[in-house]
Amino acid sequence: MAKTEILEMGPNPTAEEPLPRIPLVLNNRSMAWITQRICGIVEGPTPIWWIVTFIISVILASICFACIGYMIVTGVGVWGLNHPVGWAWDITNFVFWIGIGHAGTLISAVLFLTRQKWRTSINRAAEAMTLFAVVCAGIFPGIHVGRIWMVWFLAPVPNSNAIWPNFKSPLLWDVFAVSTYFTVSLMFWFVGLIPDLATLRDRATNKIAKLAYGFFALGWRGGNRQWRHYEMAYLILAGISTPLVLSVHSVVSFDFATSVIPGWHTTIFPPYFVAGAIFGGFAMVLTLMLPARAIYGLHDLITPKHVDVMCKIILLTGTIVGYAYCLEFFTAAYSVNPYEQWVFLRNRMADPYIFSKLFDVPVAPYWWAYWAMMTLNVISPQIFWFKKARHNVFVVFAVCMCVNVGMWFERFVIIVTSIHRDFLPSSWGMFSPTWVDIWTFVGTFGLFMSLFLLFIRFLPMIAISEVKGVLPEADPHYQGPKGPQSGQLAQPEEARV
Amino acid sequence: MVAERRKVYGLGARFESASEIYQAAKKVRDKGFRRWDVHTPFPVHGMDAAMGLKHSVLGKFVFFGGIIGFITAVCLQFIPSAIIYPLIVQGKPFGIYSIPAYFPIIFELTILFSALTTVGGMFALNGLPRWHHPVFNWDGFGRFSDDAFIVVIEAADPKFTELGTREFLEELGAKEITLIHE
Repeated sequence: MAKTEILEMGPNPTAEEPLPRIPLVLNNRSMAWITQRICGIVEGPTPIWWIVTFIISVILASICFACIGYMIVTGVGVWGLNHPVGWAWDITNFVFWIGIGHAGTLISAVLFLTRQKWRTSINRAAEAMTLFAVVCAGIFPGIHVGRIWMVWFLAPVPNSNAIWPNFKSPLLWDVFAVSTYFTVSLMFWFVGLIPDLATLRDRATNKIAKLAYGFFALGWRGGNRQWRHYEMAYLILAGISTPLVLSVHSVVSFDFATSVIPGWHTTIFPPYFVAGAIFGGFAMVLTLMLPARAIYGLHDLITPKHVDVMCKIILLTGTIVGYAYCLEFFTAAYSVNPYEQWVFLRNRMADPYIFSKLFDVPVAPYWWAYWAMMTLNVISPQIFWFKKARHNVFVVFAVCMCVNVGMWFERFVIIVTSIHRDFLPSSWGMFSPTWVDIWTFVGTFGLFMSLFLLFIRFLPMIAISEVKGVLPEADPHYQGPKGPQSGQLAQPEEARV
Repeated sequence: MVAERRKVYGLGARFESASEIYQAAKKVRDKGFRRWDVHTPFPVHGMDAAMGLKHSVLGKFVFFGGIIGFITAVCLQFIPSAIIYPLIVQGKPFGIYSIPAYFPIIFELTILFSALTTVGGMFALNGLPRWHHPVFNWDGFGRFSDDAFIVVIEAADPKFTELGTREFLEELGAKEITLIHE
């Protein structure tokens, strides 16, 4: 992080409008500057930090695959799973990663439909992040079945055993939801990339780059006869991705909600999971974009305004998540169902200091996980009520890291604390991860980072054509003077005519 | 260029801003040209009307794509669950009361088929992929993806004459006009 920025974004005293619009691209940059800035990252020499980080990430990813190989060869017994905890880190990690994957589609689809123009600076990287997070997520349900060579049983294909999958099972819904989500996200991302790949193709100086970018640009000519279908396709993809993004995490939550386990059997799960996914996803977007913007000097494109609005979304969704936590607890209390009450109070909430004494119950075995989740997810984002906090990148980064950790704990709390004590006390037990559990999970970060680093090295990480489209001079009725050349400071009055 | 007897594809004219090309497009449209296009770094708002183009028909394709997805999902689930391999889970046979359990997959496949039709339909309507096109023969054309706004009028247009169209483009205030060969 290069510097702390607290930019004045108050109203301009000389402006005629009571609340002037904050420009989406600062310093009145020209289109050529935007092209040069973003493509320059891809075309320039590979930085040392990139090589170092990439090597570390690849090593971690290899450890992940080594652990998976060991697990497949030996059996799921190498994980800490046992009776009664039959789902633990595998499904926690799955839900964690797929949740992170939700911010990208939200930014590209929902914010597109609601005409939030600020999304243009961050949507490309967020969509890439979505894809890579879904790749990491997809690993776990695949391998947790144990006998991975039987995983094709999930697919409804005619086979010699004449056995078909149970279409009424949420686990099968998951297969369809996650694979649809990955396919649609990939297409959405690629469609968005086509014009920018054409930019890279037209600028490429060496033959290999020209061929490679040219191949994937599909011969894009930017003709308006193409743009009109392209824009329509983008709009339709946004329109169908919006219910899709809401459905995917709802379906993930059905894995739990349609069971009869106290703590899982809850109607609030779908909206609660979706809000949590958006919350965790935005935190991960900021976690990746703040360093990228500092390293590559993209402060004019990813402005304090962008960080500010994302912080507000984190605050909103974090508060919704907090409300859901409280409502779950209230429902358990109000239902007078002893098993529900047991899960929430005696398995999760009763910490040694306050609640166990207040309710006169024994200390909950996982109280630390529950309160870590509460503190990191609900309390830490509340600092974003203050503008100063939203404009201090160190505070923003720290809160995002808290949310990243907190959201993992949320899934751990939901999954493990609900099943570690079965209905009979004879079937009670604690879960402890093995080294295979830990390194598989740590390794997925390596996989995620390797893919993300490859992305920022070889593809434009900001949607060039979309950012150009939100410049003031992109408006065909723009009357003002052509903006000064790059490097000069804008006159706010000029930019806003 | 004099020695070359290659066929003329059309005339290309470069403009420098979205507002210039927007005004120019309206005049090209009013002049009655049919085979021409405007190449811009980003979709210029209102350009469809300025060029006299109709609304994209893509939406109609996608509607049918969605319906096919819906029917596929219904058949994929109902045929095995009701006929080939009836499975009673938790005392719930296939029937009107267990149908809601089939909705998630119906929903997902409707979305998936719609999305595939959207992208496939967009490629088909735009003629993509097409890696070679005469406009790329103009070396300056590549600037369209940076900050140039380009009008290309094809020689195949009945109103096209090499001199007349060049004069017309000059009147519109083009910064650079080039003959593009096939």
